Amino acid sequence: MEDSKLKQFTSSLGTNLSRYSMLIALVAVMVFFGVTTKNHVFLVPENVSNLILQNAYVVILAVGMLLCILTGGNIDLSVGSVVGFIGALAGQLIIVNKMNVYVAIALCLVAGILIGMWQGFWIAYISIPPFIVTLTGMLLFRGLTLVTLNGLTLSQFPASYLSLSTGFFGDFFAVSGFNLTCMLVGVAAAFIFVIMQIFGRINKVKKGYETGHFLGFLFKIIIIPAVILVIAYTLARYKGIPTVLLILSIIVLVYAYITNKTVAGRYLYALGGNQKAARLSGIDTKKVFFLAYTNMSFLAAVAALVYVAYLQSAAPTYGTGFELDAIGACFIGGASAYGGIGTVGGVLIGAIFMGVLNNGMSLNGIASDWQQIVKGLVLLFAVAFDVVSKRKTK
Amino acid sequence: MAKTLLEMKNITKLFPGVKALDDVNLVVEEGEVHALVGENGAGKSTLMNVLSGIYGHGTYEGDILFNGELCKFKEIRDSEAKGIVIIHQELALVPYLSIGENMFLGNERGSALNVDWDATYHEADKLLRIVGLQESSRTLIKDIGVGKQQLVEIAKALGKKVKLLILDEPTASLNENDSKKLLGLIQDLQKKGVTSIMISHKLNEINYVADRITILRDGATIETLDKTVDTITEDRIIKGMVGRELTDRFPKRTPYIGDVAFAVKDWTVYHPVYTERKVVDDVSINVRKGEILGIAGLMGAGRTELVMSVFGKAYGVGIKGELEKDGKPLVLHNIYQAIREKVAYITEDRKGDGLILGSTIIDNVTLAKMSKVSKRGQIDTDLEVNVAKSYRDKLRIKCSSVQQLAGNLSGGNQQKVLLSKWMFTDPDIMILDEPTRGIDVGAKYEIYGIMNDLAAEGKSIIMISSELPEILGMCDRIYVMNEGKIVGELSHDEASQEVIMGMILSASKGA
Repeated sequence: MEDSKLKQFTSSLGTNLSRYSMLIALVAVMVFFGVTTKNHVFLVPENVSNLILQNAYVVILAVGMLLCILTGGNIDLSVGSVVGFIGALAGQLIIVNKMNVYVAIALCLVAGILIGMWQGFWIAYISIPPFIVTLTGMLLFRGLTLVTLNGLTLSQFPASYLSLSTGFFGDFFAVSGFNLTCMLVGVAAAFIFVIMQIFGRINKVKKGYETGHFLGFLFKIIIIPAVILVIAYTLARYKGIPTVLLILSIIVLVYAYITNKTVAGRYLYALGGNQKAARLSGIDTKKVFFLAYTNMSFLAAVAALVYVAYLQSAAPTYGTGFELDAIGACFIGGASAYGGIGTVGGVLIGAIFMGVLNNGMSLNGIASDWQQIVKGLVLLFAVAFDVVSKRKTK
Repeated sequence: MAKTLLEMKNITKLFPGVKALDDVNLVVEEGEVHALVGENGAGKSTLMNVLSGIYGHGTYEGDILFNGELCKFKEIRDSEAKGIVIIHQELALVPYLSIGENMFLGNERGSALNVDWDATYHEADKLLRIVGLQESSRTLIKDIGVGKQQLVEIAKALGKKVKLLILDEPTASLNENDSKKLLGLIQDLQKKGVTSIMISHKLNEINYVADRITILRDGATIETLDKTVDTITEDRIIKGMVGRELTDRFPKRTPYIGDVAFAVKDWTVYHPVYTERKVVDDVSINVRKGEILGIAGLMGAGRTELVMSVFGKAYGVGIKGELEKDGKPLVLHNIYQAIREKVAYITEDRKGDGLILGSTIIDNVTLAKMSKVSKRGQIDTDLEVNVAKSYRDKLRIKCSSVQQLAGNLSGGNQQKVLLSKWMFTDPDIMILDEPTRGIDVGAKYEIYGIMNDLAAEGKSIIMISSELPEILGMCDRIYVMNEGKIVGELSHDEASQEVIMGMILSASKGA
């Protein structure tokens, strides 16, 4: 009796560990950089704040890329060029034409949606493989970026624009050196998370539904609030909550909700799981493809607006290679290369993983050529580890 | 007395949590056709995988003696070196390579750096003639039918100097004609000294071709029947398989048949690629409330194409004709509309285009009618779980929980999930395409029971099946289809296997 209980305990520990393997690996890498960087500069509040500003675009693009990958392992190669083009457009409208910032942002987002509809049309309704359509998009929009900018770099965005993305929320309390508002928001977020989890579980038990193992539940309601609190505390010791963190939170929450709890999300998974079965279930598969790619370019536009604000300029080379960051984040985050499998939460971890690697290696003074080599290998081993650990639990 | 070719002694194979084989014994004599039967999950395929080295020596307990010699196969190559060749149910041929290239794949003529293509095709052609194929070995695999592909697999085995040929469900996807040819070939090879082990669900074929029959149940050997000693009947085999007498293979029902519920009139459909080819030719059929209607015919008769084109134009181009439901005209432009108008089509290929194997039972059950479990696009996941559970209980789906992935269920249970999915759409008209293909006797009986219940609720059931006994046992009325046309209509009492085959054959001659 005791023996079987112990066995059950260890096996559930095992499945929980493998489920959170990427999260654990991420923590390990962060600790590693924390220890190895000079004066532990990696974990200094200013750097954590920077990490968020630097990598906001990866998270935004990766969430969009996940939806494309879910439809059947399809990727979007054009996102880097779309980021470049929308960035150039923003520069042209705001810096050169001195347009109202909000109007310019709205125009850029509409342009992103139109680009997505253009690509979605060829993919969904003419049935050209997404790989090819977005490859042409990669050339097309890079070219348009150069045309828009005349090959030049545009700077300086007005402060009214920059504050929307690279700014920080003010503090309502006057505690010097510590942003109390930020800390309180963090505490509130952690508290709400725990309450929602506990109520969710009680509700499930009440209705007699199956609940996950208690250990996994405990892990979840301890680790995640702890992470939120640590981040809030760290940010509070710098300038507080970056505006972009709010944008990211909204995007992550909204898309997590869409993929989990809406019919549209279910259709995405169904399409990737078995396209024929989805079609014979009355799902308009073409529409799902169309919307996934339209959404991708919309999010690429959001990423572009955030990115040019971060660099305070628009240049022809911006966005080069971003598609690979986004795709890498998805696969590190556990999305299946065949579609139908993957979560927003996983992709978020994958994106942070990529960002942490970039940032930590730069701080360690590793040259960018070696950074690429390390990144490539880490990507490979991360995914291999995931594949092998999943196979074992099967 | 023939000499013993193969002896598998006290084979036990454990999977995590399951004893797949429990002290199984199998003796095969040289030159015989030995059938291996049992319900799904009885351990037939596992036993053959142990024999062929897919589960290597050391992963199981017990001994394998081949030609009196103790064998310890580590992988397939070891067993093939001894002349044991297995042909799996899912054929392992590469569609875009030629027949010859496929036959000598991994066993190329010439040397590794210089493949001798002349020798390859010459030898391949010779082997093809032996199995009765007239095709050139330069033909691509994708251009020949499944029946011929099966023969290519056998020719490939002959190329490996096969002594013991293992066939896993060789006729599962073949029509009656091709099946007969294949069984004939197995008998020809028997005369040439090739011993065969055949796994099959089709008891009539086993009865026809096998010399001895070993029955497995729940991972254990039940008995071995010998044609020369025992009187073997299908009922006798079934009794061994299920451990009880199945007094009737089809559950009894008293039909209450109402008015015409659904009618298809002057329906013509063209092939989606070869647009000048008529696949369905001026077909008119109808089905009544509470009726189980059968559509019989050979494979390729156009039955699936007919019902799929009716189901929201899911197949074909240039569709002409009219539909009527409850006496009112009906137009179905797409599948979504068809589902809304309470028509359901349950596909013949449950793995390929029926279920999402990587998704849970819950997700599969609600997929075709998400509007019933969602409000303004937001899913009520609690409700979904309850829906899935109610179907699990109602249809007795065996699963660890409704969160289990559809891909991890047995064939019979997958079919029940698929039925649940379409019952959830509240259809009036249910079209079932080969509803019992590849599932075992017990599960078949349950599926028939579900169909009867649905008919009793007043739904109209249209069943397509290639197994005539099933059509005869279940249907109130039968249409016979051949080459895109309806060639006959029979009531339950008029119908017999002979009459139906006669209609098909005379129609083919007339054409």
